[in-house]
Amino acid sequence: MSSHDVVITGIGLVSSLGEGPDAHWQKLTRPGLEPVLEAERFAPYTIHPLPEIDWNLQIAKRGDQRQMETWQRLGTYTAGLALDDAGIKGDDELCTTMDMVVAAGGGERDEAVDAAILAASESRNDRDVLLNEKLTTELRPTLFLAQLSNLLAGNISIVHKVTGSSRTFMGEEGAGVSAVETAAARIRSGQSTHVLVGGAFQTEHSDMLLGYELAGYLHRGPWKPVWQRQGAEGGGVVTGSGGAFLVLEQREHAQNRGRKIYAELGPVVSGRARRRRGELDAEIATLLKQAALPDGDLLTISAASGAHAATAAEKVVLDENPALAVRAFSTLTGHMKEAQFPFAVALAAMAVDRRAGYPVFDATVERQFEGAPNSVLATAIGYHQFEGLGLIRAA
Amino acid sequence: MANLRDHMGRPIVAVTGIGVVTSLGVGKKDNWAALTSGKSGIHPITRFPVDQLNTRISGMVDFLPSSSKGASHLTYELAETAAQEAVSEAGLDSGDFGGPLFLASPPVELDWADRFSLYNSDKQDTGAERLLRVARGLKELDVFETTQFGSIADRLADRFGTRGLPITLSTACASGATAIQLGVEAIRRGECDKALSIGADGSATAEALIRFSLLSALSTHNDIPEKASKPFSRDRDGFVLAEGSGALVLESLEAALARGATILGVIRGCGEKADDFHRTRSKPDASPAIAAVRAALADAGMSEDEIEYVNAHGTSTPENDKMEHLSLSTVFGERIGSMPVSSNKSMIGHTLSAAGAVEAAFSLMTMRESVIPPTINYDNPDPAIVLDVVPNKKRNAEVGTVLSNSFGFGGQNTCLVMAREPV
Repeated sequence: MSSHDVVITGIGLVSSLGEGPDAHWQKLTRPGLEPVLEAERFAPYTIHPLPEIDWNLQIAKRGDQRQMETWQRLGTYTAGLALDDAGIKGDDELCTTMDMVVAAGGGERDEAVDAAILAASESRNDRDVLLNEKLTTELRPTLFLAQLSNLLAGNISIVHKVTGSSRTFMGEEGAGVSAVETAAARIRSGQSTHVLVGGAFQTEHSDMLLGYELAGYLHRGPWKPVWQRQGAEGGGVVTGSGGAFLVLEQREHAQNRGRKIYAELGPVVSGRARRRRGELDAEIATLLKQAALPDGDLLTISAASGAHAATAAEKVVLDENPALAVRAFSTLTGHMKEAQFPFAVALAAMAVDRRAGYPVFDATVERQFEGAPNSVLATAIGYHQFEGLGLIRAA
Repeated sequence: MANLRDHMGRPIVAVTGIGVVTSLGVGKKDNWAALTSGKSGIHPITRFPVDQLNTRISGMVDFLPSSSKGASHLTYELAETAAQEAVSEAGLDSGDFGGPLFLASPPVELDWADRFSLYNSDKQDTGAERLLRVARGLKELDVFETTQFGSIADRLADRFGTRGLPITLSTACASGATAIQLGVEAIRRGECDKALSIGADGSATAEALIRFSLLSALSTHNDIPEKASKPFSRDRDGFVLAEGSGALVLESLEAALARGATILGVIRGCGEKADDFHRTRSKPDASPAIAAVRAALADAGMSEDEIEYVNAHGTSTPENDKMEHLSLSTVFGERIGSMPVSSNKSMIGHTLSAAGAVEAAFSLMTMRESVIPPTINYDNPDPAIVLDVVPNKKRNAEVGTVLSNSFGFGGQNTCLVMAREPV
C-alpha cells in the first residue's frame, strides 16, 4: 500500500437495470434476475433499453439538455452520479483541478434527414448534389455538436465544471480500457490526484446498431445469455444502453478529504492481439499473467460481448483457469461498447467493497462463488479488436 | 553533456523524426519550401460538387491515391505517409517500431458514398431498416472497418509494429497536440523509451463542410481562395477547412543519444486546461487558454521570458484570434508586441485533428532552419490585435524556443513548449 495507490471513490452507473451502485447491487445479487429486454422496436434485434431517467437531477439547465442528444445526456448524467458519489460535485476547487478521460464513440445522427436523403437517392443520379441540397437546408446546427465524440467531455466540463484537463479516447471497448489505464498511470506517477473516467453508450438508434451489423455482429432471434449465443442466428452481440463513470483518486488525496474508498485499482493491462492470425487466446492468457492474480478462487467480472469468436476465445482461456469464477454482466445489461470496461471495474469494486460476490448470471455456464472477495478481476475483450483487464483489490 | 532529466527529474523527451503532409505537399521538404515562400495550399473544392454551398474552397489533400476514397481511407494514408517519413528520419525499423502509438484522428462515420451504395443495392423496406438488412448480408469487412473508431490505429499498429493497444483520441482542434502530450507523458513515466505520435485528418467531406458552415465557422471568401485564411486581420471571417497529417518520433533523450540519433528538438513542456463556458465559444476572459499556456510553461520549467516565438492557433475566426491575442498579451505582457507570433493556418488552413501535430512539426523546423514562416494575407491588420505576426514574408531568425497553441471546440486547450537544443 502506498500513498500514490489508485483508489475508487466514486461510481456512477446507468443501465436497463436502473441507476447508481446500490440499485445495481440489489438487482444483480438477486438470484435468477431476468434482464430488461426490448424485442420489438428494433426487431429482429433485441436490446436492453434505458431506464426512465429524470435528466434534471444531474443536468439542471434545460438549455444544456437541449444542446445534447441522448448519448451525451446519458454520459453527462452518469458522470454526475459518479461525482456526487465521490463528494466532488459542486466543489469548485476539486472540479477545476480534476482531470478527465472519456471513452467515446459518436453521437446520434438525424435519422429522419438521413432517411429522406436515402429515399430521394433512389430516383437521382446526382447524389452528391442531392446531399448538398438536403444537408444545407435540413441539418440542425446543434446536432453536429451532439454527434461529436469529444463533446461528451465538453458537456461534462460545461455542466459539472470539471476542467483540470479533458481527453477523449476513441476505439470501442479498447478506449474504455485505455482511459482507465491512462488515468491510473497519471495518478500513480503523481501527475493527477483525482480523475473522472468512463463512457456511455446509447444503443436505441439505428446507426448504433449499424455500427455492429456492418460486420454481422448482432444476435438475432430469441434472447440468450452471453455464453449461449454460439451457433444461434446472427453474430452474438445484444446491445444495451448505459454508462459507467468512476472517480479514481490518489489514496492520500482521498484519505485527506475523508472519503469512503470502495476499492483499490490494482494493475490494469491492455493488448492488441492480431486476431486474424489467431492470437487472441494467447494474448488473453498473457494479460492474465501480467495482472499478477492472487492465488485461490477469484471472482471475475467479464465484459464479454457475446460476439462469437471473441467470446469463444475468452471462454477457452477462462476455462483453462479454473480458479476464475466468471460473471458476464452483459447477459443482464447488454453490450455498452466504450462503457464496458469501466462498468466491469465498477461491479468489481462494489463486490470488493461489500465483501460479497454476485450469484451466477447464467447457471448453465457460470459456477458458484462463495466467500468474501478480497480481489476481483475485470476483463474487457473487445467484440472486434483490443482487449484489457484489471485487478480490483480491497482498499 | 546534456542533462538527461528535466527540472522535475523526469526523462527529457527528444524528437528524432518528423513527418508532415498538407495541401502544400507530401513531406517536410516540399512543405517547408512552400511555407517559407508564403505559398497558400487553399484551393477551390473539386472533390465533390459545390452547388448550394456557401464555402467552396478548402485546403484538402487531393493528390494522394486515397483522396477520393472517403475519410477513413484518406486519414489512414495521411497518417501512414507522415509516420513513414518520421520513422525513416529517426533511423528506426519502420515495420518494428517497438513503442506505443498515439493517434489523433477525426471521429468516424459511415461515408455517404457507402450509405448510398448499400441502400440502393436493395429495394425492400426503407430507411434504417433497409440499411441494417443489407449490412448483415455483407461478406467483406471493408465498410465495417471504416465505422470503427479504433480501426485506423489498428492498421497503423500492424504497419509500423507499434507496441500494445494503440490510443486513438480526439480533443477537437487540440487533438494533434494531445497525441504528442500523451507520448511525452508515457516516456516521462518510464513506460517506454520511444513513442509514435500522429495527428491525421482526411475528413473534409461535404457533410463536414456543411456542418461547420451551419455553425458560421468557415470563411466564405471564395473568390480568391489563397487569400481566404487571414489570421489576425480585421476582415477575417472564419477558418478554412483543411486536411493533413503530422507525425513525431519521440524518444527519451537518453535512448536517442545512446543509439546516436540526431536530435531534432526537445518537447520541454505540455499544458492543458478545459473550458466550461460554451460548446463552440471560449470564455470571454480567455482564462482557460491563459491557464493552458501557463501550465505548459510550468511543465517546461520555463518563465514566459524564455519563449522566443509563438506558433499560434490562429484559425482566422473572429473569436479565436481575439481570444488568443488576449491570452498571449495576458501571459507575456507588453513583450507580446515585439515577439514573433505567426499562424501556419494562413497557408494550410485548419487541419483540425491534425493541426497540433502539423504545427508542432513546423515549429521544430522553424528552430532547426532559423526561419520563421509568415502569416500571409496580412494586408488589413486588426487594430485590436497588436502582434508581430511576421506579416506576409518569412523572417530569418535564430529561434531557440517555441510555444505552440491548440484551442478546440468543446473547450479542450493544449499548449506545447519546444526547444531546439537540450539543456
